[in-house]
Amino acid sequence: MRLQYPPNVRIIEVPCTGKVDVMHLLMAFEYGADGVIVVGCMEGDCHYSAGNLYARKRVNRVKEILDKVGVGGERLAMYNLSSGMGGRFAEIVREITEKVMELGPSPIRVATGKATGPIAEVTT
Amino acid sequence: MAALPPEHTCACFDEIAQGYTEDQARREAARCLNCGVCSECMQCVAACQAGAIDHTMQAETKEVRVGAVILSPGFQTFSPVKCETYHYSSLPNVVTSLEFERILSASGPFGGHLVRPSDHAEPKKIAWLQCVGSRDVKYHTYCSSVCCMYAIKEAVIAKEHAPYPLETAIFFMDMRTFGKDFELYYNRAKDEHGVRFVRSRIHSIDPLPGDNLQIRYADESGVEHREDFDLVVLSVGMEVSQGARELNATLGVDTNGHDFVATSPFAPVSGSREGVYVCGAMQGPKDIPESVMQASAAAGAVSASLGDVRWTETKTRQAPTPKDIKPEDAPRIGVFVCNCGINIGGIIDVPELSAYAKSLPNVAYVEDNLFTCSQDTQVNMTRIIEEQNLNRVVVAACTPITHEPLFRETLIDAGLNKYLFEMANIRNQDSWVHMKEHDKATDKAKDLVRMAVARASLLKPLKEKPLTINQRALVIGGGIAGLNAALNLGDQGFETILLEKEPQLGGMGRRVHQTIEGLDVQVYLDKLVERVKGHAKIQVLTSALVVGFSGYKGNFTTEVLVGPGMYERKIDHGVTVVATGAHEYRPKEYLYGEHERVMTQLELGNYLHGWSSAAARWNRVVMVQCVGSRNEENPNCSRICCQGAVKYALQLKDLNPDMDVVILYRDMRTYGFLEDYYREARDQGVLFSRFDPEHPPQVTEDNRQLSVTFVDHVLGRPVTMDVDAVVLSAGARANDTEELASLLKIPRNAGGFFIEAHAKLRPVDFASEGIFLCGMAHSPKLIGESIAQAMAAAARAGAFLADVNQTISGVTAHVDPDRCAACLVCVRTCPFGVPQINRDNVSEINEALCQGCGTCASECPAKVIQVAHFEDDQISAKIKTLY
Repeated sequence: MRLQYPPNVRIIEVPCTGKVDVMHLLMAFEYGADGVIVVGCMEGDCHYSAGNLYARKRVNRVKEILDKVGVGGERLAMYNLSSGMGGRFAEIVREITEKVMELGPSPIRVATGKATGPIAEVTT
Repeated sequence: MAALPPEHTCACFDEIAQGYTEDQARREAARCLNCGVCSECMQCVAACQAGAIDHTMQAETKEVRVGAVILSPGFQTFSPVKCETYHYSSLPNVVTSLEFERILSASGPFGGHLVRPSDHAEPKKIAWLQCVGSRDVKYHTYCSSVCCMYAIKEAVIAKEHAPYPLETAIFFMDMRTFGKDFELYYNRAKDEHGVRFVRSRIHSIDPLPGDNLQIRYADESGVEHREDFDLVVLSVGMEVSQGARELNATLGVDTNGHDFVATSPFAPVSGSREGVYVCGAMQGPKDIPESVMQASAAAGAVSASLGDVRWTETKTRQAPTPKDIKPEDAPRIGVFVCNCGINIGGIIDVPELSAYAKSLPNVAYVEDNLFTCSQDTQVNMTRIIEEQNLNRVVVAACTPITHEPLFRETLIDAGLNKYLFEMANIRNQDSWVHMKEHDKATDKAKDLVRMAVARASLLKPLKEKPLTINQRALVIGGGIAGLNAALNLGDQGFETILLEKEPQLGGMGRRVHQTIEGLDVQVYLDKLVERVKGHAKIQVLTSALVVGFSGYKGNFTTEVLVGPGMYERKIDHGVTVVATGAHEYRPKEYLYGEHERVMTQLELGNYLHGWSSAAARWNRVVMVQCVGSRNEENPNCSRICCQGAVKYALQLKDLNPDMDVVILYRDMRTYGFLEDYYREARDQGVLFSRFDPEHPPQVTEDNRQLSVTFVDHVLGRPVTMDVDAVVLSAGARANDTEELASLLKIPRNAGGFFIEAHAKLRPVDFASEGIFLCGMAHSPKLIGESIAQAMAAAARAGAFLADVNQTISGVTAHVDPDRCAACLVCVRTCPFGVPQINRDNVSEINEALCQGCGTCASECPAKVIQVAHFEDDQISAKIKTLY
């Protein structure tokens, strides 16, 4: 479809969102991500049965942690998309980019002085 | 050659012959080199570094004994030289669509720069003229089926390609975007890309001063226009080549009136001579997915006829023993950057990216290729891996979904474990989606390559275990597609179980009486059902409902409730074919359901079958096309209704030649040879009148008298007529498969049709291995097309079952027993129930059963589970290197 979306996302592939680890989500913020999007299959349609449900729980847990440490849970989002929803994916990337732009650089990035432009990271 | 007058030499010693100018010399040399006959100067022998040229070779006749022959010589494009009014041979800026493809191509004459031939100037305005050589009584009367779609594609790509606002206009008669999701592409071209569509057939192209071209055309209301263009593209059709004609004659297969190999809709890939099959454009004009489908169908037909001699004359590849890569060996990474023609190289600065890749740690070698996936690059890559002693390979190109298997094969050929490979997707994730931001796209590509290199450095070689395959097939759906898939699999020698949710077999086929060719569908279906039911290898379960599905490729288990008693049955099988079909849309519009003479196509077919004498007394019938298709609710085209309308119009005319039959349409999509029937209908006096979706026809009744009002596009004003019947060409809708899709975990599009693994290259596979797709469940299609796709799915499924040397992916979870606390989290988490606490009181994961999703690894509180190939540090490496 070649739908255009902002060039500030980097995709990291995992076999299933079930493999998206709390550790890796936190690590992304620790190293300087301004936002992270987790994209998994539709609920009920996980190729491995329930990996996306586990991922959803972890994302919610990490959001709480981010709120507590002052990074802000709204910088992390999870979406359930099917492979036929490329249009929605592009839309999500645009939305999140706008949102992160509004929020400004992540406090961690400000503190560590890594002043590269906003970079969101997507995990599928 | 210029020469001086001989008198000139009276006073001096000047040469009379002045020699060639550079331009003349080049032209003369080109004339010589293109004269077609080798002059045996032997310069090529000296120039070919591979030493591949041997002038002493003689033609020899070889005899090969085979059990079947598949004809697939393809097509040639129509030569527009014959169309004198287009001046193709004299006007350099009139090009064919294939030439325009070359202009857009990175390996084309202008290096992928969009310029016109005459002066290499960037065109500001380009026109496409459709139906050149097609739908034309002077040349070919059939429709070439593919030109509408490729013209739209060329216009969209040209617009994307041009770094300035490019105007594009497509001049057409009917826009025939009838394939799966094609209508959506057409709409996007119109609404989002701003491609202009003009309904007019162009008679001639006139040259203007300054190499521009003028087109004169009349719009639908008859107003004449003149418009100037910088470049005109002729959308040339497909035709049979002389070579293919001779081949058909040599093999003794019958051809149709257009010289294509003649086939029956009920045997879509069988030539008239037994054992000779046909696929692709040799059978009729068709696009890539249809050709791929038919190719698999032909392979399926051959597999069915030669199933018992499978593997008897097979050569197996001898791969070198893989090199032993020790953990302490320093990584030596080779990075191959693909230009993908202009797909990547046109957006991303590839030389800069390559130079950057060279600077990354552990990178020992970098090169860029025009196409990294081409055959010669694979050979080259194998050599470089050996020469440079590489132990990891990174390819920066497209998606691993389509191309990782290919590159992994190359690693195996080079003696490297296939898991020592990583792809950076700088096309689908970068150049395609950031087309207008060259610098940012290049920066992103650098990041993606750096991430890939970081992960590659940590990759480990993995061993794969053999996969056991249950040699049984399950086909879901007992319509024409499912029956054919089951029959083909059974004929191939595989035990097959066919499930049908209704009490009787046949599906929608039971509601169609005749094909447009006049063949009796019920006679065919009865014979087909009889063969399936009587087949020793096939078991049929009717009134069967799928309620459970588990397992993985080669080892599925399906739970079914069978019969009125709903008794439960568990079926173990190795492959699944999904053929759940579609149904006719039940109209809500045009008084349907309120007046008995407002009927759908299938209802008309039934009426004509049972009450033909009553129908013969009708004076006037109006058919309305695109009912429930190409609208907001269902934006897609249903493909089959235009030919359906023509078929029934011809049947009505046959019953009563004096009957007025009016077809109200938006675009008549009688593609391929169906165009012949459209022409026949016009010859027989069937009236065709076009309507705009903004002004649809009105169907009213007054005292049970039906009448139809529509805007006549010639008169430009409304016409009202009393009619005996209104036939609604109701489109095809996918059957309700929500639950089945969820059980099998297979994706569906917005219309409920299943999504294949790749729209062009894998039209009958699902992305999940071991599951295949055919028939109307994929998208609306004609009976012959459904049968071809069913045979294709059976061929793919059969090939999977027959390949007994498959292995299980090495991507599985492993527990570090020394650190496991046996907390049972993994045991509870695993969706497949694989981890178990062993005798040593630690968790153990059976590799043969592990699916490699990694859910346990991420839940494990002690982090003692690692998924091979996706180990924590391999993922972390990508994150850390980003910032």
